[in-house]
Amino acid sequence: MSADRAKRRRFNPDRDAHEWKGAYLPYDIVKEGFVALLAVAVLIVLLAVVFSSPDEPAITLKSWSIADPVDFAQTAISELDGTSATATYGPPYNTTPDAAQHMGFFEPEQWFGVHQPVDTAQDFVIGPLRTLPNQPATQAALNLYQSAPAAQQSAWTTAYEKAVANATAVHGRLRVPAGRYGPVGVIIGSLTAMAQTGGLDGTLLSEGQFYNTNYTKPLLFLADGTYLANKAQAQHLAGDQWGMMNETGNYPGQAWLWLYTMWYQVAPMNTSSNGDLEVWVIMMVLSLALIFLPFIPVLRSIPRWTHVYRLIWRRHYRELSLS
Amino acid sequence: MTDIPIGAVTTEEDRATADQWTARIRRRAEAAFPPKQLLPDRQPAFMASWIYVFGVLTLVSLTWVIVTGCILAIMGPSWWHVSSTGHFVNSLHLWSVECFFFFMVIHLWGKFFMAAWRGKRRLTWATGVVSFLVSVAAAFTGYLTQQNFDSQWISTQAKDGINSTGAGAFWNVLNFGQMLMWHIVLLPIGVTIIAGLHILMVRRRGIVPPFDVSPKKAPAPEVTTSTGEAAA
Repeated sequence: MSADRAKRRRFNPDRDAHEWKGAYLPYDIVKEGFVALLAVAVLIVLLAVVFSSPDEPAITLKSWSIADPVDFAQTAISELDGTSATATYGPPYNTTPDAAQHMGFFEPEQWFGVHQPVDTAQDFVIGPLRTLPNQPATQAALNLYQSAPAAQQSAWTTAYEKAVANATAVHGRLRVPAGRYGPVGVIIGSLTAMAQTGGLDGTLLSEGQFYNTNYTKPLLFLADGTYLANKAQAQHLAGDQWGMMNETGNYPGQAWLWLYTMWYQVAPMNTSSNGDLEVWVIMMVLSLALIFLPFIPVLRSIPRWTHVYRLIWRRHYRELSLS
Repeated sequence: MTDIPIGAVTTEEDRATADQWTARIRRRAEAAFPPKQLLPDRQPAFMASWIYVFGVLTLVSLTWVIVTGCILAIMGPSWWHVSSTGHFVNSLHLWSVECFFFFMVIHLWGKFFMAAWRGKRRLTWATGVVSFLVSVAAAFTGYLTQQNFDSQWISTQAKDGINSTGAGAFWNVLNFGQMLMWHIVLLPIGVTIIAGLHILMVRRRGIVPPFDVSPKKAPAPEVTTSTGEAAA
């Protein structure tokens, strides 16, 4: 824009401001900053002393399988037969058809594809059990299962799912009613026993390396069960409890996520299978609108219309009216 | 006062190094941020409201977030679970973050109702908003890397939102190591740089004057800065 054109541009009170030609008063900005630094230090020390911070211990596959072996076994069979939430998730974990969230043609989850591959049967059940030494019965059951035709495998896992629905736990031990589920009973029983010793935690995390900081697989396994969700529900952390902005105990949590969380309570996002993508699109649009607010007519006029600025600059306007 | 273009060559010494990149950058920096504007000792008379305090409160809260975060980083991510001192430092970190967001949101709303983007201050507004958004991401990764029940639940729930955008292919919220690096390195660098730019822009343009201010209506200046610009 040329200088002449800029000069000709009409003054817009929502975009332009005259340079301040009024009085300037002494103001010790460094002193203000120092006092503020100390004041906030006192405030956070007081808050820390009075309220501390939450630290609810993490759930392990061991603690879960001991506390609720039935839920563990029900989750494990869904991982083996490929019906769990992770097994049917789609990208970025696997290629389940039509699982990716989308809005019309907009399907970014599908476009980026699988980058954290997870084969629940192999990674969560068969693979860990194959690492167990001196367990001939378990290895024989795995051999039988893996060499069976898919239809036979499906018949066994379906039968086990029905049986484990009526399973009980006696002194932490899994008791599954008898049924025609072939080697699957031994497989899931062995996995439950392995988890109860703590072996499964290490095996899922290690992935053949000594050092590992990637908890994707144990967390996905844990999240497929109902044990984690039930504990979260009790701590008012579920999605329909505005849980995204909460944390354990009576702590403020991420209160700044209130708007993001709110969209999950509103139709159609609260029931939509594409709800996450819809909420993210809304939040991206709103975030961009906030960044570019100075360019958006009507929205940028709201401050002038609401007159809240007269409260902020009340001394200035009082002096202006007196003069 | 004669208007001198920013970065203009004004002395014989300047002319000798006029083509240097270093000299050019220094001249532009000096012209854009003269010391009295960068660290002013006077402010416009209209700056008489508590709302202005929340900008500096946000900044000092960020300072305490960084200080307490550095102590936690020095001792390692598991320290605060096994040490009462560590737990106290973690509490300081948590509450400085809560204060930081509380003050920043009030600052943001205050600036909105002042329409603080007026008078070539649009980039000041935009960097402020981006700073808020990057801070949200920084805090979020902090919640993911607590190594406790909160982390487990938040990460397994948040993965669905992140994955739905396609970002989950590269930004795996279930990967503790990756999230810790983002939380203690990349995002703090981002917040610090953007907040720094935001402050420099406030210095450069000054705080926005009230609506309806007109050079004709305003009283004659009693004291001004050397540049004649409002500096906040």
